[in-house]
Amino acid sequence: MQTFFQQVINGLSLGSIYALLALGYTMVYGIIKLINFAHGDIYMLGAFWGYYVINVWHFNFIAALLSAMVICGLSGVIIEYFAYRPLRHSPRITALITAIGVSFFLENGMAYLFGSNARDFPQIVKQVNYNIGGVRISNIQIQILATACILMLLLQLIIRYTKMGRAMRAVSVDNDAAQLVGINPNLTISFTFALGSALAGAAGVMIGLYYNSIDPLMGMTPGIKAFVAAVVGGIGSVPGASLGGFLIGLLETLVQSVGLSAYKDAVVYVVLIVILLILPTGIFGKNVKEKV
Amino acid sequence: MIILKANLKYNVCWFIVMAAAFYLVNILVMVGIIDSFIENMLVTIWINVILATGLNLIIGFAGQFSLGHAGFMAIGAYAAAIITQQVDTVGGFYLSLVVGVIIAIIAAVIVGIPTLRLKGDYLAIATMGAAEIIRIIINNLKITNGPAGMFNIPQFATWPFVYITMCVTTIVVVNFINSRGGRIIMSVRDDEIAAESMGINTTRWKLAAFVLGAATAAIAGGLHASYLQTIAPNDFGIMESISILIIVVLGGVGSITGSVVAAVVLGVLDTILQDFGTLRMVIYAVALILIMVFKPSGLLGTWEFSIRRLFASLKRRKV
Repeated sequence: MQTFFQQVINGLSLGSIYALLALGYTMVYGIIKLINFAHGDIYMLGAFWGYYVINVWHFNFIAALLSAMVICGLSGVIIEYFAYRPLRHSPRITALITAIGVSFFLENGMAYLFGSNARDFPQIVKQVNYNIGGVRISNIQIQILATACILMLLLQLIIRYTKMGRAMRAVSVDNDAAQLVGINPNLTISFTFALGSALAGAAGVMIGLYYNSIDPLMGMTPGIKAFVAAVVGGIGSVPGASLGGFLIGLLETLVQSVGLSAYKDAVVYVVLIVILLILPTGIFGKNVKEKV
Repeated sequence: MIILKANLKYNVCWFIVMAAAFYLVNILVMVGIIDSFIENMLVTIWINVILATGLNLIIGFAGQFSLGHAGFMAIGAYAAAIITQQVDTVGGFYLSLVVGVIIAIIAAVIVGIPTLRLKGDYLAIATMGAAEIIRIIINNLKITNGPAGMFNIPQFATWPFVYITMCVTTIVVVNFINSRGGRIIMSVRDDEIAAESMGINTTRWKLAAFVLGAATAAIAGGLHASYLQTIAPNDFGIMESISILIIVVLGGVGSITGSVVAAVVLGVLDTILQDFGTLRMVIYAVALILIMVFKPSGLLGTWEFSIRRLFASLKRRKV
């Protein structure tokens, strides 16, 4: 039982990272129907930014987190402006390939500029382990969980109660109608990218702290996992992405703990396929009936 | 065979063109203009043509967004590797290709029947998951030598064999597209409900296109394994599926000619950029983004080179 709870704690920490990434996927998908393949690389940028400011400017955790969020939000907006905006009215598969191109560009650009070897992330938070009823939990895990929950709550507040959040929901339901009531869709989409990328940046800094190792290709696998999480939760749905992220994280650690670590990704994909077969649009997805 | 007879004249023309190209390459090899470096490039391009036409059939003509092509390629590659290491003859190689195709067809049916009910991006992610499952299973089996992969695979796929296989698979795919079956899958792509109301079993035809695409991918995988002589499970990951998808989209979704052109363009680009080291992928990425931004429908759109049209326009000019 203790090991079970231990794995649940580990799974929740990993899951909160996936959830933060999945939120970016789901928001961008909800608003422009684009699978933003470069999202995992924004997360990598966040981790590298954290590495840089902590080592060179000696930032503390909070400052590194916030500055990484700003930088990543900014790069998300820039990428959207140059790579995705010209393709807003092209076939969706074209935009997808462009996103893959951006992903290659970021990965290999970083590898070219800073070398492709893995490096140690500076440990600014000293690890302290608490023992609660035989379950070991570190302060870093608590920090990750708390930060992720606060960010998700903030996101929910922004989407629910601010003018921009309302505009985001309006554009994702009907772009043309939103323009008719005076919403600037370009601004709204930029804002969505900024929000999603900022969350990815935060996730990047936290994973650096948690796993202690970063490299230019680190965004690829978590990016795909997070996208799977977003699909499981019902892509386009914000609570769905959080739930999907935690679900995938938990599943992965639990499978690993029963000794099937070689098959952990396979189990994730099997669950994905099974969920899609039962609920073809994910857990919280809206099922749109086609009218003839 | 009815299909072949109806288009016999054009198929013969294509055959002549392909034979001429074969002898051209043959002469260039004998003269020494094509060295082993260029030959390697050509064979890679040809294998990519097989993969891209198969995927284009699924995405461009049947309208089913599959991201799992590399999984079927892996099945073909491992079938070829395992069987030719046991039966080290040409016959064994042919047998391995057949076995690979059969296993890939079975896998495609198992994957396709449930997942092809999904639409768009959900289908893409489900097929991607299925391909990853195939790769992870290969990664953990004893017979496939796990993550280390297999090496010292006997080389039976020489360039003439790869070339001829590419011609055959392309002819089969194009004839399928121009047949009744091809028109059916295109009607399913354009409007599934309308096609269904015309009495078409949409699931069966979507599956047919998916299975045919998977079979060609298995053949390509077998050639890949036999030509390169080393394979590892990581060669057949998501990135491989994506790079095949890039060829299809770059050439134009729904244009077989486009797939061929894009495979050649990317193959040549890749060879030229080889000298740039790390910068190579950066330039490649920028080129990809620029082509997509300025030519969103791909290099050729849905345009198709057709000998029939060429004849027709020649005839008109004479009159």
